[in-house]
Amino acid sequence: MERKELICIGCPMGCLMSVELEDGHVTAVTGNTCKRGDAYARKEVTNPTRIVTSTVRVRGGQHPVVSVKTSKDIPKDMIGACMKALKEIEAKAPVKIGDVIVADIAGTGADVVATKEVGE
Amino acid sequence: MESYDIVIVGGGPAGLAAALAAKKKGVRSILILERDRELGGILNQCIHNGFGLHTFQEELTGPEYAARFAAQVKQEGIAFLLNTMVMDISPDQVVTAMNSEEGLFQISAKAVILAMGCRERPRGALNIPGYRPAGIFSAGTAQRLVNIEGYLPGREVVILGSGDIGLIMARRMTLEGAKVKVVAELLPYSGGLKRNIVQCLNDYGIPLKLSHTVVDIQGKERVTGVTLAKVDENRNPIPGTEETYACDTLLLSCGLVPENELSKGIGVLMNPVTLGPVVNESFQTSVEGVFACGNVLHVHDLVDFVSQEAASAGESAAEYVLGGCSLKKEGPNFQVKAQGGVRYTVPSSIRYDGKRQQQTIRFRVGDVYKNHFISVYLNGRRLIHKKRQIMAPGEMEELNFDLNWISDCPGGGEIRITLEEA
Repeated sequence: MERKELICIGCPMGCLMSVELEDGHVTAVTGNTCKRGDAYARKEVTNPTRIVTSTVRVRGGQHPVVSVKTSKDIPKDMIGACMKALKEIEAKAPVKIGDVIVADIAGTGADVVATKEVGE
Repeated sequence: MESYDIVIVGGGPAGLAAALAAKKKGVRSILILERDRELGGILNQCIHNGFGLHTFQEELTGPEYAARFAAQVKQEGIAFLLNTMVMDISPDQVVTAMNSEEGLFQISAKAVILAMGCRERPRGALNIPGYRPAGIFSAGTAQRLVNIEGYLPGREVVILGSGDIGLIMARRMTLEGAKVKVVAELLPYSGGLKRNIVQCLNDYGIPLKLSHTVVDIQGKERVTGVTLAKVDENRNPIPGTEETYACDTLLLSCGLVPENELSKGIGVLMNPVTLGPVVNESFQTSVEGVFACGNVLHVHDLVDFVSQEAASAGESAAEYVLGGCSLKKEGPNFQVKAQGGVRYTVPSSIRYDGKRQQQTIRFRVGDVYKNHFISVYLNGRRLIHKKRQIMAPGEMEELNFDLNWISDCPGGGEIRITLEEA
């Protein structure tokens, strides 16, 4: 049996929760005050994901960089690979909000899309 | 002199929402003055997500949230001037501004909406000893350098203050390849959201040292190190607890202060707790025709609430202009008093006019309170007694006050908001 401790992010209570796992399956969550904590703990210990936001260089634009985000959350352990791939990329102005800057970033199935308009 | 019905100072989230609401109420002549090169204010550099859950029921990044409002302002044909700095506002609402095209110019307004936002508390306000080398930035300055200008301001970083901007920048600098060694917080708790502590610090193994502060900065040309020490309950450094971190950068995230230089110039009455103007139920300041909303009024945590508040201020300014420069309110007046753990309220007074049913009252508490009641008394009679599992200084509280309660108090009086133990 494996035990993991984590802080709930649901509200300012910040409950210190303890999760028991058996062969990668959650068998018990303790320390939470409400059911939001239970749901968060189960997801966070089995499949933690994050939306990644960053910037990408822009060629020929009004601004030197454009802000971007992943179109959906990606596995937490893929954040590094995602950032590494973004370092190599240069977008070309003009860029519009929602433009796909990189499709299927680092094989996650998520696209990296622009979150800001950058004119020529 | 050019004249407008409403002049709005600041084109950030507050200014944009106020303009849209005033336009919707039927005011045609509105001008927004913005000092930056684009509309949207500080949202443009807040590239992380989590904005707009209340307003749009989806998680947007800062630039996306700003763009939605800016697009509506343009679609409505509301006038705005960029790269324009307001220098002065007179009590009779003559706005003096300048930009590089027109030089110094004046605009007269029937109503002015103050929406200048807030500024970060700078090093000079923190009494940090040590030299004054390069490499000390406010967290927001670093955020602008990284996210808008495209520069990484340092490689090895110590952060003082665990406000949300500091936490967000700890993650951002890490993702861009910098090493964030530690975040120090003077208080025994963080003012930042739990979500940011987990996702910006814990995800990247960045330690958070509570009850710690900076006692020395080393380096003459550029920062070479920062010394932290533990503080006692009176926030004084404890000798013998010093630890030095080699670094080239110190970021400061030590609180936000409403930017009210212009407001003071007009002579509006200020609230010593919020450091913003005192306003009534219509977001009107002590000077008639001058309204305030957003972070210039009191610092918010969520932009959605800035947009809501600013829309109310915009509607009130519209009523004032369309009513022949009067809000035409003659009902009884009630002072709103903050007590027993409640630090302040917005608004500070409510005049009952019989038109509206509900009044939103926003406030902050001064400490972490678990299992306390929020109680509201009208002339000594308790009307609201609501239990809250937790309240913290970092989270603004909001309650809806039913205005029908005050309809039977023709003489006015006092609405008192306080915390009570369970």
